[in-house]
Amino acid sequence: MAAHLSYGRVNLNILREAARKELREFLDKCAGSKAIVWDEYLTGPFGLIAQYSLLKEHEVEKMFTLKGGRVPPADVKNIIFFVRPRLELMDIIAENVMSEDKLQPPREFHILFVPRRSLLCEQRLKEQGVLNSFTNIDEYILDLIPYDGDLLSMESESAFRECYLENDQTSLYHTAKGLMTLQALYGTIPQIFGKGECARHVANMMLRMKREFAGSQNQILPVFDTLLLLDRNVDLLTPLATQLTYEGLIDEIYGITNGYVKLPPEKFAQKKPGEGGKDLPTEPKKLQLNSAEELYAEIRDKNFNAVGAALSKKAKIISAAFEERHNAKTVGEIKQFVSQLPHMQAARNSLANHTSIAELIKDITSEFSSFSLLSLSHFLNYFCQVLPFSSRVTSEVFFDNLTVEQEFMTGVDTDKVNTYIEDCISRKDPLIKILRLVCMQSVCNNGLKQKVLDHYKREILQTYGYEHILTLNNLEKVGLLKPQTTTRNNYPTIRKTLKLWMEDANEQNPNDISYVYSGYAPLSVRLTQLLARPGWRSIEEVLKMLPGPHFEERQQLPTGLHKKRQQGENRTTLVFFLGGVTYAEIAALRFLSQMEDGGTEYVIATTKLINGTSWIKSLMDRPEAQIS
Amino acid sequence: MGYYCSFAALTCVYLQRHLLLTYLSLSLSLSLSLSLSLSLSLSLQWKSGVVKQLGWTVCDDLLCIQEDGTVLIYDLFGNFKRHFSMGNEVGQSQVVEAKVFHSPYGTGVAIVTGASRFTLATNIDDLKLRRLPEVPGLQGAPTCWAVLTQDRQSKVLVATGADLFILDYTSPPGLSPQATSIVHMCVSFSYKYLALFTDSGHLWMGTANLKEKLSEVETKVRNPPKQMAWCRRPKSQQPSVVIMWDGHILVAGECKNTISYHLEGVSILVPELDGVRIINGTHHELLQEVPASCEEIFKIASMAPGALLLEAHKEYEKESQKADEYLREIKEQNLLGEAVKQCVEAAGHELEAETQKTLLRAASFGKCFLSNFPPEPFVSMCRDLRVLNAVRDYTVGIPLTHTQFKQMTVQVLIDRLVYRKLYPLAIEICRYLKTPEYQGVSRVLKHWACCKVQQKEEADEVIARAISLKLGEAAGISYSEIATKAYECGRTELAIKLLEFEPRSGEQVPLLLKMKRSQLALSKAIESGDTDLVYTVVTYLKNEMNRGDFFMTLRNQPVALSLYRQFCKHQEQDTLKDLFNQDDDHQELGNFYVKASYKEKAQIGHLQSAVDEYNKAKNEFAAKATEEEMRLLRFQKKLEEEKGESLVGFSLHDTIRTLLAVGLHKHAEQLYKDFRVPDKRYWWLKLTALAEKEDWEEIEKFAKSKKSPIGYLPFVEICVKHHNKYEAKKYVSRVTPEQKVKAHLAVGDLEGAADAAIERRNDGEISTVLSRCSPSTDRALVERLNRAKATAAKK
Repeated sequence: MAAHLSYGRVNLNILREAARKELREFLDKCAGSKAIVWDEYLTGPFGLIAQYSLLKEHEVEKMFTLKGGRVPPADVKNIIFFVRPRLELMDIIAENVMSEDKLQPPREFHILFVPRRSLLCEQRLKEQGVLNSFTNIDEYILDLIPYDGDLLSMESESAFRECYLENDQTSLYHTAKGLMTLQALYGTIPQIFGKGECARHVANMMLRMKREFAGSQNQILPVFDTLLLLDRNVDLLTPLATQLTYEGLIDEIYGITNGYVKLPPEKFAQKKPGEGGKDLPTEPKKLQLNSAEELYAEIRDKNFNAVGAALSKKAKIISAAFEERHNAKTVGEIKQFVSQLPHMQAARNSLANHTSIAELIKDITSEFSSFSLLSLSHFLNYFCQVLPFSSRVTSEVFFDNLTVEQEFMTGVDTDKVNTYIEDCISRKDPLIKILRLVCMQSVCNNGLKQKVLDHYKREILQTYGYEHILTLNNLEKVGLLKPQTTTRNNYPTIRKTLKLWMEDANEQNPNDISYVYSGYAPLSVRLTQLLARPGWRSIEEVLKMLPGPHFEERQQLPTGLHKKRQQGENRTTLVFFLGGVTYAEIAALRFLSQMEDGGTEYVIATTKLINGTSWIKSLMDRPEAQIS
Repeated sequence: MGYYCSFAALTCVYLQRHLLLTYLSLSLSLSLSLSLSLSLSLSLQWKSGVVKQLGWTVCDDLLCIQEDGTVLIYDLFGNFKRHFSMGNEVGQSQVVEAKVFHSPYGTGVAIVTGASRFTLATNIDDLKLRRLPEVPGLQGAPTCWAVLTQDRQSKVLVATGADLFILDYTSPPGLSPQATSIVHMCVSFSYKYLALFTDSGHLWMGTANLKEKLSEVETKVRNPPKQMAWCRRPKSQQPSVVIMWDGHILVAGECKNTISYHLEGVSILVPELDGVRIINGTHHELLQEVPASCEEIFKIASMAPGALLLEAHKEYEKESQKADEYLREIKEQNLLGEAVKQCVEAAGHELEAETQKTLLRAASFGKCFLSNFPPEPFVSMCRDLRVLNAVRDYTVGIPLTHTQFKQMTVQVLIDRLVYRKLYPLAIEICRYLKTPEYQGVSRVLKHWACCKVQQKEEADEVIARAISLKLGEAAGISYSEIATKAYECGRTELAIKLLEFEPRSGEQVPLLLKMKRSQLALSKAIESGDTDLVYTVVTYLKNEMNRGDFFMTLRNQPVALSLYRQFCKHQEQDTLKDLFNQDDDHQELGNFYVKASYKEKAQIGHLQSAVDEYNKAKNEFAAKATEEEMRLLRFQKKLEEEKGESLVGFSLHDTIRTLLAVGLHKHAEQLYKDFRVPDKRYWWLKLTALAEKEDWEEIEKFAKSKKSPIGYLPFVEICVKHHNKYEAKKYVSRVTPEQKVKAHLAVGDLEGAADAAIERRNDGEISTVLSRCSPSTDRALVERLNRAKATAAKK
């Protein structure tokens, strides 16, 4: 079920198993049948740890969503609340408990706090007079959730906002705790590097916790050689740019949540002969995306322009495999063929799904993407239809947008009001799109001239409403928008020194990480790459231009645990993005791991998987939405 | 049947604890006096109510269950620890009988009241009372009962007459084996087996779930026994039950034979994991099934490999050549490994040091002739026995068998020693067994320190120094626990001194708060990085201090301040405002009022306040923007009153659009001028609004009003978007040359597009047009374009 977690350089299934064990232990504490009342936010992350079947094995019979009023009737002995430690949730729980039907047989109440129990919340329950109604109050330490074979996420949506806007370091504390858990399972990480204020804070807490737990560590041979902590605000540019890898584009266009994507169903309709005009499904198609799917693992990190070729190559292989049946003559051969059928059919389904997704994306991006799916259509009975007018417009929009982004990233006219942005505002395109572009211009120009900035702000306020003054204020606070304070724009220096723009990015057979953005090499990944070779000392000057301190710490290993590296054995580095990471950055790091002479393999951890849209969204303030 | 009593050598010396308790509970003595070993004696003056039952917890605390349902807990030294009640309803009906039982969840207590109701608590440290269902038809006390632990639940098994009931928390199924009346019962140590004694003198043995019967033995004794206990061991060959009457005991097993022993004085049976202890006023004996390895070796004329090895070694000591003969005999059968294993195992079961030594020497001798024998079992057995012999010593008084020791683990043994304040021995054992420090030595030292702080006669300074000296290098010591203990003993100063040694700042906080050192607590909480802890201290400070001081404290702690702001944002809006006021944070105050203006009615008022604050913050832009907002709001309200068009809440953009949509062109124009909307945006806006209305006439007028700042392509595109190609074509000619191809294509005029592209000799545009041509219908056009492309390429 979660085998794909164990195929990576580091077996992350150990972490998942540890989490599952803890969950089972808690469930067993509440003897008898149970119903779980979910803080809705948690269901997604929990899905990565345990399916319903596990809960069912431990007598969980019903599941509800946490809301006011009474917990729905259910003939169970236990009601367990799975919640984040939030005061507003405590009030709802208190309401639930107090309105419990006294006539029914009594049900026992329990609370499981995720990821940590909170004195503040218990205090609130006490004030509400319900604290004693709970048989068990426990915590379920779920900091780092294994997301894929080389990827861990805390699935904490608001981490960036909390850290950089509200100066609330709760998620950093959880990060440090999560890293301690990781070290308990995978050994002490001997080297810690970091860049940024938050990185420094996390490293300090880790070192402190290590001191506090002195003497209680497990004696495990370290799996990770290095930990690199990176603040998101060291590289504000990358998430703003449109990701151009396959997975990145799926996320940009449809949004991937907790490893699942919901897609418009039309293209997935089963076309069977004789059922011509049967009604199309209206429910969105939900697909799980991870490396358990062989084909997906192969293509997700490719530039979208290279996906078509990969898909058609795969189609030929599968087609050839199916043709094998004609060659199967003897009973033995036929038997062998039949035994491979399920695998082949799964591969064919997977191919059909991804061809459909690729087509969906192509409709939107077609001027950018130059591949043809014609070769596939023969095999899969798909027709590369003449695009309808509307999608031609969207594809133009995509292309224009990309052109402007690339102009900014290469430093063209970043100091003037951009007419494309003006036009977009005039057409009242989605606000987030506007904000992404304006922020990008500001970042690439190291701040905008006061006049330019004020013009944009005024245009936005007049078009989208004055309430967005709060959002603009937030963007200024985190440094995404800022007035130019010095006349010197250091972005070109950073771009040149770190080679952030590569003119000749090869999308089909990449030789540099810049392929993930068709030219732009993500700054964060470039820093990671340079750390491994030749080391940060070579870029001291640039590091000083980026916000926050950079540092190096060493953690003493007990004698006997020093790793003896085999010749040619790669180092393993855990890169932790504080405040979120994009799929394109992950793709770039995977690319580095696979480089033949790279010498380093990367495991990625983050507070949340983000893209420009979800990121900007998390920073917006909508006063009207807070009325409730 | 091979049974023997092997604790004889150790008897007399101990007054084992269970024994005295029995006396006490029998006589309901008002003065308790227990002596547990020569080094330890407990005595306390009983002043409380009538004691019904005594028992020990897994942590070696004494439980006294009173008639009124109160349970008092004392430690090994007779100090009162705490008490709890088994429920209010016990009061009138009184406890008739009580039992103390142990399970993986800790120590439990079960009682039955005069009203024949059972109440059960599975773990007294985490007290949850379970009132069990009534027994159908039971009047007065039941004949006998026992506690079962099955499927993670504790149940009570009750016999009344010939019926057996399991009092489950959920449903009691009636069960009844073949008997007339059950007068006594007992459950095995593992809760897996049940033995019932009937008035007919039959002993029934079976599984505790009553599904399987092992055997039934006729004892020919009809009196109800005083006590019964299972005598088993893990992997028992012959499980059996020990039944005690006054003066003698009977051992009954699966076969029909029974063995009887004579007893002196009043005795009590204590079932254990691997046997039964029989204790009276002067003796402590252990009744066990002989372990297989011991039987093999010591059975008369045994030819088992172990026996032969022992014999061989004896001869070797005598320097006789017979040693070689025996050894050969074993080796020929390839059983030397087996022989060594048997000797090591048997040594573990033997209680006399001499026998242990003989067996281990034999094992060691045998090992010399083996090449690949793993040393681990032998070495660890030697270690275990050394520890066991040390604690079996009469001055310590913990007579454990090896099986029991393995089951309870070293950790628990260390705990037991610590409860008896035998710190040096505990530390010696930890060091000897190389227990990791934080589980071993550190833990013992912590207990020692906790005990030390209670020594009232010594000065704070002296104690603190003594503790830090001794605990200095030990890893993983929780100083905060020691400090808590000191504080509980009323030694606040000492507690603070000790807390300074605590490396975990988070741990210091709760105690510091308790001791009212709140400022220190706050900085420690911040140091720990645990924001929840910071919140906790902040909430505490808030209730503790007056508002001014509270705000001042926060001001000096920025981390705490921003967290408190977060809290206020969600919980206490007004406090948030006060906080900003206090800090003269006008920018945030401005934002605060803007937010408020969307939530409350006095919108204009709030916005005015926001403007004032923004001005104070020297944020000119925000002040102006907010003023603009107020102007828009007034305008919208006025128009709403005049025209009844609902506008409030719309942005400027949407307001103008709505005005245009309903034909209020003048008003739209006015806003455009008043708010200095850039021309380009206004044109876009007006064009879209008119197109949506499909007001083609007005669009045409608009296009002609003056030169369009956005060009004419948008006109073409918007008409096409609203499916009016006829109108669209009107504007194609006015589009700039650069956009002509696009315009022609938009209206579907391939010829025109081709002309424009060819005229401009633009390769890209020619290709775009080409891609739209279908090779079958537009053959001529395709040829023309290809020619043009070729010429363009030449250049």
